[in-house]
Amino acid sequence: MPLFLNIALRHLLARRRQTLVSLMGIALGTAFFLGISAMMQGSESDFIHRLIDNSPHIIIQDEYRNSQIQPVARLYPDAVVQMHRVKPETETRGIRNYKQDLDYLRRLPGLQASPMLQGQGLLSFAGKDMGLSLNGMIPKDIETVSTIGQYMVDGSIKDLVEDPDGIIIGTELARVLSLERGEAITVSAATGQSHAFKILGIFHTGRAAFDETEVFLSLKRTQALLDRPNRANAIVVKLADPYQAQTVAAQVEAHVGYKSVSWQEASEDILSTLALRNIIMYSVVSAVLVVAAFGIYNVISTVVMEKQRDIAILKSMGFHADDVLQIFLLQGIILGISGCALGLPMGTAIMCALGRLTFKFPGTSQLTQMPIDWGWKQFAIAGSFAFVAAVGAAVLPARKAAQLKPVDILRGGGM
Amino acid sequence: MSEPVLKAEGLTRQLSGDVPVTLVQDVDIEIGRGEFVAITGPSGSGKSSLLYLLGLLDKPTGGKLWLEGSEVSSLTEEQLADLRLSHLGFVFQSNFLLPEFSARENVEIPIRRLGRSSENEARARALGLLKDLGLEAQVEKLPHQMSGGQAQRVAIARSLANNPAVILADEPTGNLDTVSSAIVRDILKKLAREKGRTVVVVTHDLGFAAECDRRIQIVDGRISPLA
Repeated sequence: MPLFLNIALRHLLARRRQTLVSLMGIALGTAFFLGISAMMQGSESDFIHRLIDNSPHIIIQDEYRNSQIQPVARLYPDAVVQMHRVKPETETRGIRNYKQDLDYLRRLPGLQASPMLQGQGLLSFAGKDMGLSLNGMIPKDIETVSTIGQYMVDGSIKDLVEDPDGIIIGTELARVLSLERGEAITVSAATGQSHAFKILGIFHTGRAAFDETEVFLSLKRTQALLDRPNRANAIVVKLADPYQAQTVAAQVEAHVGYKSVSWQEASEDILSTLALRNIIMYSVVSAVLVVAAFGIYNVISTVVMEKQRDIAILKSMGFHADDVLQIFLLQGIILGISGCALGLPMGTAIMCALGRLTFKFPGTSQLTQMPIDWGWKQFAIAGSFAFVAAVGAAVLPARKAAQLKPVDILRGGGM
Repeated sequence: MSEPVLKAEGLTRQLSGDVPVTLVQDVDIEIGRGEFVAITGPSGSGKSSLLYLLGLLDKPTGGKLWLEGSEVSSLTEEQLADLRLSHLGFVFQSNFLLPEFSARENVEIPIRRLGRSSENEARARALGLLKDLGLEAQVEKLPHQMSGGQAQRVAIARSLANNPAVILADEPTGNLDTVSSAIVRDILKKLAREKGRTVVVVTHDLGFAAECDRRIQIVDGRISPLA
């Protein structure tokens, strides 16, 4: 065994109990670091997963990000222009030439796009009026650009392909109005148009407001109902890689001109909150390791104090200050590596145990599993932080030991 | 006398502070190869301080010092440490063995630090030195498992580990009983007389000093003529 490593090990083994306590500090710190970060990461991934699944990756809206500059202002950019009696052009809302935009979008790799017309409708049934959010879509595209098909509890989205006069509603709406699949309902719009639809399917997402107000129906029927023939006010885009949404949205917006909002942009506030939560979590868990590092500092400081005479004799024999520094830094390294070696499997065990925990939330019949997510990054962060904390804790006492002058100890003095 | 192994001219060591303290002042000394020299003097006279200066453990504040013909007063701490490792051996009043290491391992440490021998060679040399000093039965014992005399002999073996030119001993018999003291004195004497090593001993024991080739008397940090 290398000489310095041998000396470092013997020093630590001479104080077995104290060494073990500080070792456990690092090991437990690492394990908790892993456990807590896996929970936080898991809940974040779960949340983002739901966010990605339940909302379009990109939605192209029938509006512009920046208001358009008037031609006269473009002509005289530095002048103050005043116009009187300007009558704005009356324009039917919606994406112009959406079919051309769709052709462009469908040529892009890893991308599915479908037009959508959203609007408000009213369902009057059994003396009750319910406001509805109408989602007019091309029936065969619904399952490719949305996940609503996964939440079907009765019937199927496919039925809508075969019967364009059908409608898909949520469980809450069905419950409030005591509706069942196969029944007919009449939906009217502010345009005065109304149409009878047959309930072809019922979905349940778990979000009460969504399940009560959102309905899915054919694009053509929605255009007729809202009196907006050949119009779509949104294009919904799903990507093979949802994390490319921001880049693709910018590319699409540059091409089609309409505001293209990625899921990240739409959920910016939530994602910032998650980032802030991560910072707080890592700070708190890191603090555990910093406290554990004080244990190591304590052990090595004590060894340095107790071994002053030995340090003096080593230096009188011809050991350099750097040799002594290495011996005591090695003690930190040994504790750091051993702490990681113990802490990482302990952390893995904690993560596995947490992953098996299930909860039953009030009002649900399903058991929910604790969302746990871990990867090599967390192990790398936990291991390297524990290691750096342990070695960092050894630096001060090691430097103190290295600076010790043998003659001061031999004369009977101290540090 | 051939070229001195150790030579000092005007060697001075002063501790700075509000009231400066002079430990060693203006010492001129020459110690030849194979000489057995005793440094004597009353307590606090500066004997040990002089030994630390000669052993390159402390840096002089004045004067010059030569080791085997090379001027060493202005060397860096690392260069002095290298010289201590290869040219000097120390024996102190307490054995100062590392308590977690066996007798053999204590002797091996300076050999392995010098780095000129393999682990097996270091082990063989340590065993040889311990055997020469009659410690065959103690090689694997820890310092606390040995008597004071045995531990001091291990310390002597350790001082010889790298075959140094000079052995510097600070009151090597100070903590020993009469029998152990006689054994240690005998070993140091043999090292000088039979092995040709230069041995410099600081001692209060005038009987021990009388057995040396030469005695240097220190009083108040200066060399004082012998009465």
